[in-house]
Amino acid sequence: MNEMTPPKTERTAALKGLGTARKRVEDARFTQGKGNYVDDIKLPGMLFGDFVRSPYAHARIKSIDAEKAKALPGVIAVLTAADLAPLKLHWMPTLAGDVQMVLADGKVLFQGQEVAFVVAENRYIAADAVELVEVDYEELPVLVDPFKAEAPDAPVLREDLAGKSEGAHGPRRHHNHIFTWEQGDRDATEKVLASADVVAEEMVYYHRTHPCPLETCGCVASMDKVNGKLTVWGTFQAPHAVRTVASLISGIAEHNIRIISPDIGGGFGNKVGVYPGYICSIVASIVTGVPVKWVEDRMENLMATAFARDYWMKGRISATKDGRITGLWCHVTADHGAFDACADPTKFPAGFFNICTGSYDIPVAYLAVDGVYTNKAPGGVAYRCSFRVTEAAYFIERMIEVLAIKLGMDAAELRAKNFIRKDQFPYHSALGWEYDSGDYHTAWDKALKAVDYEGLRKEQAQRLEDFKAGKTRRLIGIGLTHFTEIVGAGPVKNCDILGLGMFDSCEIRIHPTGSAIARLGTISQGQGHATTFAQILASEIGIPADDITVEEGDTDTAPYGLGTYGSRSTPVAGAATAMAGRKIRAKAQMIAAYLLEVHDDDVEWDVDRFAVKGAPERFKTMKEIAFAAYNQAIPGIEPGLEAVSYYDPPNMTYPFGAYICVMEIDVDTGEHEVRQFYALDDCGTRINPMIIEGQVHGGATEGYAIAMGQEMAYDDMGNVKNATLMDFFLPTAWETPHYTTDFTVTPSPHHPIGAKGVGESPNVGSVPAFSNAVHDAFRSFGLTQTHMPHDHWRIWRTAHELGLHG
Amino acid sequence: MSKMHIKLTVNGKPVELLAEPRELLIHVLREELSITGPHIGCETTHCGACTIDMDGRSIKSCTVFAAQANGANVTTIEGLGTPDGLHVLQTMFKEHHGLQCGFCTPGMITRAYRLLQENPDPTEEEVRFGMSGNLCRCTGYQNIVKAILAAAAELNAVKEAAQ
Ligand code: FES
Ligand code: FES
Repeated sequence: MNEMTPPKTERTAALKGLGTARKRVEDARFTQGKGNYVDDIKLPGMLFGDFVRSPYAHARIKSIDAEKAKALPGVIAVLTAADLAPLKLHWMPTLAGDVQMVLADGKVLFQGQEVAFVVAENRYIAADAVELVEVDYEELPVLVDPFKAEAPDAPVLREDLAGKSEGAHGPRRHHNHIFTWEQGDRDATEKVLASADVVAEEMVYYHRTHPCPLETCGCVASMDKVNGKLTVWGTFQAPHAVRTVASLISGIAEHNIRIISPDIGGGFGNKVGVYPGYICSIVASIVTGVPVKWVEDRMENLMATAFARDYWMKGRISATKDGRITGLWCHVTADHGAFDACADPTKFPAGFFNICTGSYDIPVAYLAVDGVYTNKAPGGVAYRCSFRVTEAAYFIERMIEVLAIKLGMDAAELRAKNFIRKDQFPYHSALGWEYDSGDYHTAWDKALKAVDYEGLRKEQAQRLEDFKAGKTRRLIGIGLTHFTEIVGAGPVKNCDILGLGMFDSCEIRIHPTGSAIARLGTISQGQGHATTFAQILASEIGIPADDITVEEGDTDTAPYGLGTYGSRSTPVAGAATAMAGRKIRAKAQMIAAYLLEVHDDDVEWDVDRFAVKGAPERFKTMKEIAFAAYNQAIPGIEPGLEAVSYYDPPNMTYPFGAYICVMEIDVDTGEHEVRQFYALDDCGTRINPMIIEGQVHGGATEGYAIAMGQEMAYDDMGNVKNATLMDFFLPTAWETPHYTTDFTVTPSPHHPIGAKGVGESPNVGSVPAFSNAVHDAFRSFGLTQTHMPHDHWRIWRTAHELGLHG
Repeated sequence: MSKMHIKLTVNGKPVELLAEPRELLIHVLREELSITGPHIGCETTHCGACTIDMDGRSIKSCTVFAAQANGANVTTIEGLGTPDGLHVLQTMFKEHHGLQCGFCTPGMITRAYRLLQENPDPTEEEVRFGMSGNLCRCTGYQNIVKAILAAAAELNAVKEAAQ
């Protein structure tokens, strides 16, 4: 080796590429208060929009009188459905193939629904004007119970669908029925269940909750009438999709629309959809000719903007006497609220819920999902999970526990007995998926050993004895979970949103001095893309990550992509990044060979350079190659060094993990204490261990909130019972558990760098782990199922009902 | 609505402005003074994204009127450090991955800044309790706590060396 050439390891480390716990480049601006979130945007002459919202869950609108509001100094306009109707913008398409009112058209269908949009000089005047708009409502019977939705005399919610027996996902059998989605083999499953040794049956409810990112949703719309260009800054998890949709529904040519996602203060699925506030702001800017800002407040966010979950999952699972699972049956009643605004790929009205066979080799299964309308807010977004995967994981991980009780078997052993074995991958599940790779037994054994599972069970048994002897009032619960996710939507052949294939993209430009910029179709909401995508690229093209700028979120500059949600950024855009990097490298190889005066095949890649095979002292670094690309005429090669890749993944990726929660429960107060939480994740190749760990902490904390207290609850009148942070549980540092993270690495065989994605695994895996711990604490008293969230009162009630209060 | 004449010091600079009596300090900071470090996450005193330091106390600026800040000495995240001279907390939040989306971060750091003056050598428990008025949806707090403890250690080491 040339004396001048530092050793491979040193050069590799200098790149800060794959596997490095690289510090985040985003942090400088955020820690100094220099982030640029949508509410930070201030444009000359900018107006503020605010909504008049319905106090009723179901009511006819007899009249709207906005005269007093309009007369208030500083009020510029008040928009109602009547104003939007001529533009055909009083309704908008949802991501799920339904339509949704932008502003109430004749009636309101949920509390908090948008009725009128006030535009004023500042937010105070707008709020005053909202109070002055007089709406005359006639209350209608309210439907809140999804099981009553299809009663013959159930109130008709969607009058616009009258007589429509065909919906976006097949036949509708009732005026409040949205779709039925069936997967698997019904007859075969029924047959297996009918003749099984053991069948466990349970209703598992995953309650309605809300992603509640710390920043609410909002936008600034600016119609420049001089050059006909509309620019919208907003909290968009999928800016390109927003541009296309905005173009389709507004009639403005797509090249005249520029969508910019500035810094986003957390998304968790809440910012995937298109909301009435965006449409109204755009219209208001077109009408007034000046920029209009709309930022919802927390109450509006919780009441109206994209709830998550609300799945009633009835399950039956069968097994042989010795615990071999033979079949799984599931029926879901899905409460979609007033409009079907689920954020799912078009062909999947229940998302990827058919991953509900989980980590287990279940020979036969059947799933049916019925979606219904109720007088609740629309949504059904993937709250930090791939589409409906959290619901699926919760369902199967509860069913396994219930089956273990029925079999009188240890739940850890039951899992291990039924895991898909390493040699069965790629594995075809009974409900239609092809799992790419996995090594569940290794992960499981590692997890059990790490927490000393046997020791824990002994301690638990001892505690139980002490409890029965009156020596303690605290029980121990051990919550087990082994989850399998399905992320990275996805293959264009079966995944699209509103007809847009779910590929993603990366465009790279290498500058003459050897630094680079990469632009992607995704958008970070805290995941640290600017840090990690540069790392992927650094390893591919041998340019230090510190010399690579990553830019996302501006549709005028970024290549088209479907955005960031469903843990798809790493699997899809990460792959595009690697592929674009490889194109760069391929051209760099030709340039290097020319410069070294050898044949293309006679040079080989060496970390950050091409060297002549067998003569490593003759080389050209990427820096030199980049310079040559711009400064030297090379026969047969175009100048410049750029590449773009649109990546259509051949399959989803299937991250998995083993989570174990040890919880102490006070039987008399219902309080709990998470004593230990162990999270093992296998997300394939690990790009940045520090960021992975952070994602696990955050996702598990969301899971903790969901399992232990967070919900969107409604009373019989359809009133939202917890639309403020006073009532909606977000854990603080005080109650949040401490997490121990761990990992195994089973690369994805079809992903260019073997990565699978991790952002959502901890939410998927932790909810059943927490919930199972609560159930497990009471298992010996005969508890099989009690619904989340397990707040203190509910746990107390469980103890009470089991007769533990004497 | 008639406006009030308000004088205060923000990040060491004297500021004079006119505000309606009902205007909240967070809105005045963000919209009049273009100090957008403190954020709005709830406007109901629950999330702490709007945390500032006012006369030596952590204050949720969504819950005081601008008029109440008349004569006050206000420090926001913008006033804690400079690009060339970051506050130790700013460095440690980055070092220990104490932030993700960054929306809570200005409030977190500003609160931690005061916490470490109230209690220069806190235990993990004390940090968790002392920070419980500030919500974060991304990090699960573990690395925030780590960052604050590391900052305390660093500040104490510097103090000791000086003595
Ligand atoms: S905005 Fe002030 S506490 Fe949330
Ligand atoms: S980093 Fe996103 S809310 Fe704290």
